[in-house]
Amino acid sequence: MKSIPLLGAGRAVAVLAAAFALIPAAAQVNLAGQWTGMYHEDFPDRLPGPELGDYGGLPLNDANRMRAEAWSASILSLPLYQCRVHPVDYAASFAQIRIWETVNPDTQQLAAIHIQHFAWGTIRTIWMDGRDHPPDYAQHSAMGFSTGEFIGQTLRVRTTHLKEGWLRRNGVARSWNATVTEHFTRREDILTWHVYIEDPAYLEEPFFRNRDYVLNPTGRMGPYPCESVIETDMPENYFPHYLPGQNPYLREFGINHGIPYEATRGGAATMYPEYVETIRQMPPPEAPAQ
Amino acid sequence: MNRAARTGRPRTRHLACACLAGLAAATAMPAGKLQAQQQDFSSVEISTLQVTENVYMLVGAGGNVTVQVGDDGVFIVDTQFAPLSDKIAAAIAEISDLPIRYIVNTHHHGDHIGGNANLRAVGSTVTGGNMPGPVPYAGGGAQVIAHENVILRLSAPGGDQAVSSTLWPTNTFFDDEKRLYFNAEGIRIIHQPRAHTDGDVIVFFRKSDVIAVGDVFSTTNYPVLDLNGGGSYRGVIDALNTIVDLIIPVYGQDGGTLVVPGHGRLSGLGDVLDYREMVLVIHDRLRYMIESGMTLEQVKAAGPTRDYDPVYGATEGFWTTERFVEAAYASLSEQIRGEQ
Repeated sequence: MKSIPLLGAGRAVAVLAAAFALIPAAAQVNLAGQWTGMYHEDFPDRLPGPELGDYGGLPLNDANRMRAEAWSASILSLPLYQCRVHPVDYAASFAQIRIWETVNPDTQQLAAIHIQHFAWGTIRTIWMDGRDHPPDYAQHSAMGFSTGEFIGQTLRVRTTHLKEGWLRRNGVARSWNATVTEHFTRREDILTWHVYIEDPAYLEEPFFRNRDYVLNPTGRMGPYPCESVIETDMPENYFPHYLPGQNPYLREFGINHGIPYEATRGGAATMYPEYVETIRQMPPPEAPAQ
Repeated sequence: MNRAARTGRPRTRHLACACLAGLAAATAMPAGKLQAQQQDFSSVEISTLQVTENVYMLVGAGGNVTVQVGDDGVFIVDTQFAPLSDKIAAAIAEISDLPIRYIVNTHHHGDHIGGNANLRAVGSTVTGGNMPGPVPYAGGGAQVIAHENVILRLSAPGGDQAVSSTLWPTNTFFDDEKRLYFNAEGIRIIHQPRAHTDGDVIVFFRKSDVIAVGDVFSTTNYPVLDLNGGGSYRGVIDALNTIVDLIIPVYGQDGGTLVVPGHGRLSGLGDVLDYREMVLVIHDRLRYMIESGMTLEQVKAAGPTRDYDPVYGATEGFWTTERFVEAAYASLSEQIRGEQ
């Protein structure tokens, strides 16, 4: 019978230390699962959609306001615009998201986290392997290029290489040179998503918003097909928009909700609670048409 | 097979980019003059971005260079500036060890044709047929293909000053399109009349599904309307429509046909649509203002581009927002007069 040599105490410690070193950091929370959106915040904005001319609470600058005021909802009738997906900093506002991980099969180290959005069925990848972001001249996309790291129990994600997108579905733009920082925090069966958008082109200040989700162990993501169709005959080079000063719908929101027009036009000041006092000093809005 | 395909590694390297500076320097001068003498290129590096299996985008100073490689050799679109030719040739040599066979110029500006002579010299044309003996001239360099209006501009009949004939294209065409089959794919070289200039072409690699479009589309600036070089606002719209028509995107518009712009980042349908949207919206505003009788100064004061300025505008350098509005006003005024 062959004898098995015993390890010396020091050697055993070394082997155990090496073994534990191969175990992924136990502190990393697992976000995987099907998560259903909770709509106790911002429901009208998130599902029915924002009203025309409502820019309140958005730190948009003058250039962005001008773009928004030129925007026409008829853009959605253009075949090439019908299947445009929501950008990564907006897509998770709707319904479910599904999160799963990719690990290195040899080391079991976390390589990437993936998130599928119900809206448009888009899938993003958050690289967790320490890779660099691509150079500026690489292609941009709706999902952008994301890298992440765990800060305690919170996943922090930095996203660059975004295509132009939108902050709200009524023409408020977010430019392609914006950067997005997100935090995903799980507390048992509740997941909170914080989004922090820096856009020197179109925002006076960074824009922040958050959404909450509840774990849904039996949830399944439905398909989200989209096929462009020609809905109406259009002249050559037609692109729907309003010329400056000619959009007739900009005051409707304020009139219908009793909000002074100036307060609907957005800007950094409108994000803060003290702006309520400013609104109180404004002339009352026009009366709704009978 | 190209080296990246052999190794299976995507190719991306960093560089110092002076893209728009190069564009500015190039287009600020008459067609016949190249500003390369005035610009320091010593710190410029050439970076390589793999676009598809056989197509690469080289970024340096001046217009982006598109490189298609395969068993037949190397096919490139545009050549940036002459002082960068050694670096560009070195970057190409890292992709393929076969010679450059074809060069296409998307138009006549110096930041796109400056390296013609140098890169042609390191290439060679395949010759043969019923040709007894050597054909040293024909085989002595790569072919340089361009629309006929490019050589008319470079040789300057009636223009400012001709550039050295070593920079001229060696193979021009005057109809709507020239077609080649090279490296196992069809290549369409499609003329875009009166767009950025009157000699613009876009190059569509059909199998690779990549379009190199020159300066009719850039992600970094308003359209450069070289009116003295035969460009027009309407032609830029038409060229963008042509590009959009050629693109078949994947779901979500982030893949499928890819576009190498004259300047700026690798693009897809969404980027071209965003750019065309800007061009169309500003077109409509300017046209409305011109037809309302507004003078150029009144138009400038009205700020018709204010919403797009943070993305495409410039207050200094060659192609400022003010110059764009001036050129657009002039081009659209001419168009409206022609319609009356």
